[in-house]
Amino acid sequence: MRIGLFIPCYIDAFFPEVGVATLELLERFGHEVVYPRDQTCCGQPMANSGFNADCAATEALFVRNFSGFDYVVAPSGSCVHHVRDNFDAIKQTPEVKEVRARTFELVEFLHDILRVDAFPWARFPHRVGLHNSCGTLRRLKHALPSELHEPFFSKPVDLLSKVAGIEFVKPARPDECCGFGGTFSVFEEVVSTKMGYDKVSDHARAGAEYIVSADSSCLMHQQGCAERIGVSMKFIHIAQILNGASA
Amino acid sequence: MSSRDGILASIRANRPQVERPLPHVPLFDDDPPVSLLSAFKDNLHRMGGVFLDLPASGDILAPVRAKIADAKIVCSIVPEIAGNRDIAGVGAPPDLSDVDFAIVRASFAVAETGSVLLGDTDLRVNAVAYLAQHLIVLLDPADIVVNLHHAYQRAEFRSGRYACFHTGPSATADIEGVLIHGAQGVRSLSVLPIARAAVNPTL
Amino acid sequence: MSTPPAMLHPELRAEVDPDAIIRDGRRLDHAEGTSRPLRVRSEPQPRGAKARGNRPIDQQEAAARFIAAPEHEKMHDERLWDLRQKRDREMHGIPEWEKLRSLASAIKEHTLAHLDEYLDQFEDKAKSNGIHVHWACDAAEHNRIVHGILRDHGAKSLIKSKSMLTEECGFRHYMASMGIEVVETDLGERIQQLDNEDPSHVVVPAVHKLRTDVAQVFSHTIGTDPGNSDVHYLAEAQRQATRPLILKADAGMTGANFVVAETGTFVVCTNEGNADLSANVPKLHIASIGIEKIIPRLEHLAVFVRLLSRSALGSPVTQYTSHFRGPRAGGEMHVVLVDNGRSERLGLEEFWTSLKCIRCGACMNTCPVYRRSGGLSYGATYSGPIGLIIDPTFNARKYSNLPFASSLNGSCSNVCPVKINIHEQIYAWRRVLVEKHEVPFAKKTAMKAAGVLLSQPAAYRAAIAAADRALAHLPRFVIYNGLNAWGKHREVPHSPKQTFHNWYHANRGAKR
Repeated sequence: MRIGLFIPCYIDAFFPEVGVATLELLERFGHEVVYPRDQTCCGQPMANSGFNADCAATEALFVRNFSGFDYVVAPSGSCVHHVRDNFDAIKQTPEVKEVRARTFELVEFLHDILRVDAFPWARFPHRVGLHNSCGTLRRLKHALPSELHEPFFSKPVDLLSKVAGIEFVKPARPDECCGFGGTFSVFEEVVSTKMGYDKVSDHARAGAEYIVSADSSCLMHQQGCAERIGVSMKFIHIAQILNGASA
Repeated sequence: MSSRDGILASIRANRPQVERPLPHVPLFDDDPPVSLLSAFKDNLHRMGGVFLDLPASGDILAPVRAKIADAKIVCSIVPEIAGNRDIAGVGAPPDLSDVDFAIVRASFAVAETGSVLLGDTDLRVNAVAYLAQHLIVLLDPADIVVNLHHAYQRAEFRSGRYACFHTGPSATADIEGVLIHGAQGVRSLSVLPIARAAVNPTL
Repeated sequence: MSTPPAMLHPELRAEVDPDAIIRDGRRLDHAEGTSRPLRVRSEPQPRGAKARGNRPIDQQEAAARFIAAPEHEKMHDERLWDLRQKRDREMHGIPEWEKLRSLASAIKEHTLAHLDEYLDQFEDKAKSNGIHVHWACDAAEHNRIVHGILRDHGAKSLIKSKSMLTEECGFRHYMASMGIEVVETDLGERIQQLDNEDPSHVVVPAVHKLRTDVAQVFSHTIGTDPGNSDVHYLAEAQRQATRPLILKADAGMTGANFVVAETGTFVVCTNEGNADLSANVPKLHIASIGIEKIIPRLEHLAVFVRLLSRSALGSPVTQYTSHFRGPRAGGEMHVVLVDNGRSERLGLEEFWTSLKCIRCGACMNTCPVYRRSGGLSYGATYSGPIGLIIDPTFNARKYSNLPFASSLNGSCSNVCPVKINIHEQIYAWRRVLVEKHEVPFAKKTAMKAAGVLLSQPAAYRAAIAAADRALAHLPRFVIYNGLNAWGKHREVPHSPKQTFHNWYHANRGAKR
């Protein structure tokens, strides 16, 4: 397969190791992974705040960069949700629709498309608190949200369970929002940070050494909160664990 | 144009032009509890009600007599037990403000929720079930339906002017979630399982 | 006995529980009772949003003050999260739960699409049962109609049960100006009335108050001991003080949770029985009902009654579910059907389904923002997620900030018993408000600039590089200052040695 790698703006700027892990992980399965140089952002920050018209140029650039791949894969649920479900500031040509339909978040790509059933190179002997971002949980349907009365499932748990040594610990509120919420984190920062303090404290109390997530945006916010209030916690993206990071 | 006409016109002008058929509502009774009486009793207890079990002596009315023994004013609207305030003589609801115990018979009950249905024919003066300090409800176990879907098929909702499901006593937890019984209405609700038209000696 | 679920604030769990009602060794927690006893320390009560005429409500500012009152915030958060968990437990006991939600949603959408027919049917039936039916276009007309009915009966005092519609209409203030004494009989509403404060939650109006706050209010108004904050004492004092007012009231007023067109019935659900007192003690009963409350038949009522209390409180049903079909002998019954913007909202393509709302409050209980902000921070009759999507229809300017007071997490939509897509409507409102220019200039400018920068790769790369260098080299006081919203209460991300882009160029550049 020829895969276009989309590395969201904040991962590019602050968490390049997540991009590296994603690239290497996809290559381990023998696929050609291409990183279009001119990519920037999916447009979500503007759309999230209601400024849909201001996304148009950014969305057009995204389509130009990612046209023609078998799949577009990104290590970010919120960005992929935006591309698949909201991306409507530009005219919906067949090309636009193709790119939108072929864009996948990393966990769902590994679980549903590649159907990976083993990560023999991966070992993570630590106590881990899993954080499913609200975008991946309720929009991309990574797992069953606790509000619904349906059979349980969890794609991240399915994948991480195949990593040797990993031990899951559960916080009091496993799927309460951590407070990032995109531009909410800046425009409503008092409540946002209170939610972040609560989230990291909850995981710490449950005994987690690491919080792992498929969304670095949430991790970025939680890390900022943890450091500010002095909660001792490490943060890691699921791509890094699945790619063989041991710490 | 009257307000009525104005509102209806506004609705007609704004109604969403969508196809939304009315769904069929099943009775959801495929898996009923083994004993409706047991289920009713459990739920009644959960909701703060009291179930007056048949005493060892076999005297069905003994628990009620024990309850009302020290009461000053008992208003009984059932033939099985005599009170000392006649409901027929009540001029206006405030006349009932000193009633300690009201004794009524439920039209029927619902196992799913532990509720009893009291209608205007059961109460004669509706306010008695709310002004009394305590409520005792006679219930024929044969009158228990499995769930609310069955309940709403009953005639009481098409004939009476007033019908109320009572599920336990008056309650609130508006202050710090601390549960209170007797918030504004009755402080206790007790259910006595006794068949209709049971021939029992009155007091 | 299974171990109780862990808590976010385990220090709130009281070691002793002198308030508990125990039956057969089991601690009762029906109605709004908490699953576990909670205790916090006393502190002054934080007040709600500051309303300044028609200027946009600053929800953030009020939320910040709520968060700065940690005892109130923790109690509020834990109590409402507990209601959410109780709701989940009820849900797991009903195999057909999701089917019930789908049915409830379908019944409401059908009814709204035929609203005029069903209202007609209800009016017909109600009138033939002896009920007087009035129609009010707006809040002012509602107030005038009710006052007119009271005046015609020489009524000077009114007892009432909880009705969000009457809050919406500013009913108590109007009645006060007309010299009519109104007494709220719901404990939470009465506390708020005596404290001259709006209710903060559609189901538990005083959920934001501690027992010590209530003790203060009651000591100033009904003469309780200011030093005694025992909840049973306070509740009993309120019962004793209110009973005489109930007995001598000239008229009673209720709202309605559901209206059945088929039989001309309206249904009121309470835990206290105060709607039954309000309706059955005085001779005159007036019911204020929003036109969207109607459902077609009795068989549909079962679906909603099964969902309402389970969603709201995690209790299978309210203590009282009252069905009114006609006046009692010697009495008089009036229904006031109120529009107040509802028929207009019916015409909004993206938002009409918000009219399905049955006012259960489940969205408020699950909302992480609401639980930490308190309902009064929204400065509107309706707060929390449902408030965010209906308040802008009442006043787009005043409530223009509200749809932004959300992290768009989507939990609200999942707990809504009638499946309103609340979080999607919040998102849609943001677009509408931007298009209507109801957003701050600074935000608009920043977003325009972002839109331009992110569409130009070279400029974008330069900006990222500058930001990373800045973060790596600038002193703390420059990064963390009043202008940097990110950094007010959290650390900024660490700046890496190189961006992914540069890493790729350095390590994989040749392959391209």
